[in-house]
Amino acid sequence: MSREQKLSEIIADHSGREGPLIPILHDVQEEFGCVDEEAEQAIAAALNLTRAEVHGVVSFYHDFKPKADPRPVVQICRAESCKSRGVEALIADAEQAAGARVKLHTVYCLGLCSSGPNARVGDRLHARLDSAALVKLIENA
Amino acid sequence: MTIIRISDDALARACGADELAAAFARKGHEIQRVSSWGMHWLEPLVEIDGKGFGPATLADIDAILDGSSGLAIGTIADHPFIASQQRLTFARAGKTRPLNLEDYEATGGWAGLRRARLIGSDAIIEELLASGLRGRGGAGFPAGIKWKTVAGATADQKYIVCNADEGDSATFADRMVMEGDPFQLIEGMAIAGEAVGASKGYVYIRSEYPDAIAKMQAAARISAQIVAPFVVEIRVGAGAYVCGEETSLLNSLEGKRGEVRAKPPLPALKGLFGKPTVVNNVLTLTAVPHILTGGGAAAYAELGMGRSKGTMPIQLAGNIRHGGLYETAFGITLGELVNDIGGGTASGRPVKAVQVGGPLGAYLHPDQFDIPFDYEAYAAVDALIGHAGLTVFDDTADLRAMARFAMEFCAAESCGKCTPCRIGSTRGVELIDRIATGGRVLAGVETAPQMHNMPKQGRSQDDEIQLLEDLCDTMKFGSLCALGGFTPYPVMSALKHWPDDFRK
Ligand code: SF4
Ligand code: FES
Repeated sequence: MSREQKLSEIIADHSGREGPLIPILHDVQEEFGCVDEEAEQAIAAALNLTRAEVHGVVSFYHDFKPKADPRPVVQICRAESCKSRGVEALIADAEQAAGARVKLHTVYCLGLCSSGPNARVGDRLHARLDSAALVKLIENA
Repeated sequence: MTIIRISDDALARACGADELAAAFARKGHEIQRVSSWGMHWLEPLVEIDGKGFGPATLADIDAILDGSSGLAIGTIADHPFIASQQRLTFARAGKTRPLNLEDYEATGGWAGLRRARLIGSDAIIEELLASGLRGRGGAGFPAGIKWKTVAGATADQKYIVCNADEGDSATFADRMVMEGDPFQLIEGMAIAGEAVGASKGYVYIRSEYPDAIAKMQAAARISAQIVAPFVVEIRVGAGAYVCGEETSLLNSLEGKRGEVRAKPPLPALKGLFGKPTVVNNVLTLTAVPHILTGGGAAAYAELGMGRSKGTMPIQLAGNIRHGGLYETAFGITLGELVNDIGGGTASGRPVKAVQVGGPLGAYLHPDQFDIPFDYEAYAAVDALIGHAGLTVFDDTADLRAMARFAMEFCAAESCGKCTPCRIGSTRGVELIDRIATGGRVLAGVETAPQMHNMPKQGRSQDDEIQLLEDLCDTMKFGSLCALGGFTPYPVMSALKHWPDDFRK
């Protein structure tokens, strides 16, 4: 199936829904790894919005990326509770382990705040990390 | 063959519960995946015949099975951490399988909804008002009044929106409800629908909670027949902290940028798609089934103190020995929570500060440990209860760094609608950096001749601190929503109680 077809299929999946834009953007991001200009245009046309409106929404939310990044992502929580449990001391090691191969991404809270430092890889969460565990996680990502 | 109960809560899983359950299953035992008791320092907690073992690893399996394990904590329900609580919202925690309808029914599930449908709108709202239930999302607004306004509005369509965009550090109660007792939330929403005449409900869950999203989607599907004609739909956020603010959440649901809307109009009158809408937090809605059954509104109102009624699920987080979820009536002191129940710091060092209420909450000093958990008592010392999350810090914490982080966080998450928040937060970071380096000297670009309104002289560290206080004042009173308006709480409290961290 061409990209174009896939796009219109995703959009069609949400027809009849109230306020379908964010669910559509999630599916597009999931399918293509990004929401690029072409996708914005197609969505705008289908929902009778301007491209600027769609772009305004896409750029507002942290989850949507304008360009696909093929690197594996490791999300590290650096919010207060994880800070109080020493996450900042792990960052240098994490960066070194990640190098250019893995993308490290800061998040503010994964909801495991009693057991930090915590990280997320895909839909898997990891708690009580120390430097060795985090480095291993990054190496296996 | 033994029946082994292990939680499938995200935290237990992140600590290895899945691997543990698989290993027990390979040995031929029956595994039941239940909700979490909330004793997070013991997760993954293995339960056999009511007795607990935790935190368990793969290496402990044989010893647990033959009863020789040193991880034994005795009967879980009798553990002081559990036995000393007053659990209403979390009454089923640890006891039921989250997506099992029989378990839910057997523990009183749907009784609130059945009764609600019997007594009708006016009587439901009467009971909610009598219970004194206040919104658990932070602001503490009486839930009954909100519902009454929506019930009184005339419209062809009304909505119930559940705010499950729990983005605050140190808060995980919403997540635990959605993962551990999802039907209770759906029941609360259906009762709200019955009360105000809404046929559709949305649960807006942050995208950082994959487990909660999956559980709620399954629960909505499984219970669709039971709550019909009320319909529940799960929506996933897109990584914007500010969408926890009710009006930006509504914009996001409508497919717009999550910018905050000015009030009025109140969402109760013009909310989602311009229709009358109840927006309540997860914990508010899950308290409702209990109020309609259990001991009823009067018994609920008897718990707590002053105008803070009922129980609050308090989340013990950060550098704390016994972290987890602790539900109790309002009125308990901060010191009891941190020292007696939480067991002090996990590191064993002295407590330096406790942030209450998430990233926008104040840092409290151990001198303030006798403050009772009560909305008004916290407001009186310039602090917030918020979503009742506690982050404990030991004496290695640098409160200037935490104040800087508060500003940085505000800058990263600002929706950009109003100036004090959008610009003030960035200037706040710079200001705290200048405080750190002892003040502002005239150098570089600031002495460039073309800058007519450049400062004529440098500023001392004290001048900069004064300026930070002014900036906080401007943000507090000039911001449209809690993000910009409350960021001064952590900053000012840090400055007030730990001035040495700033002046060093
Ligand atoms: S305070 Fe900040 S987040 Fe709130 S409306 Fe203003 S700019 Fe937006
Ligand atoms: S603060 Fe890190 S998981 Fe909540």
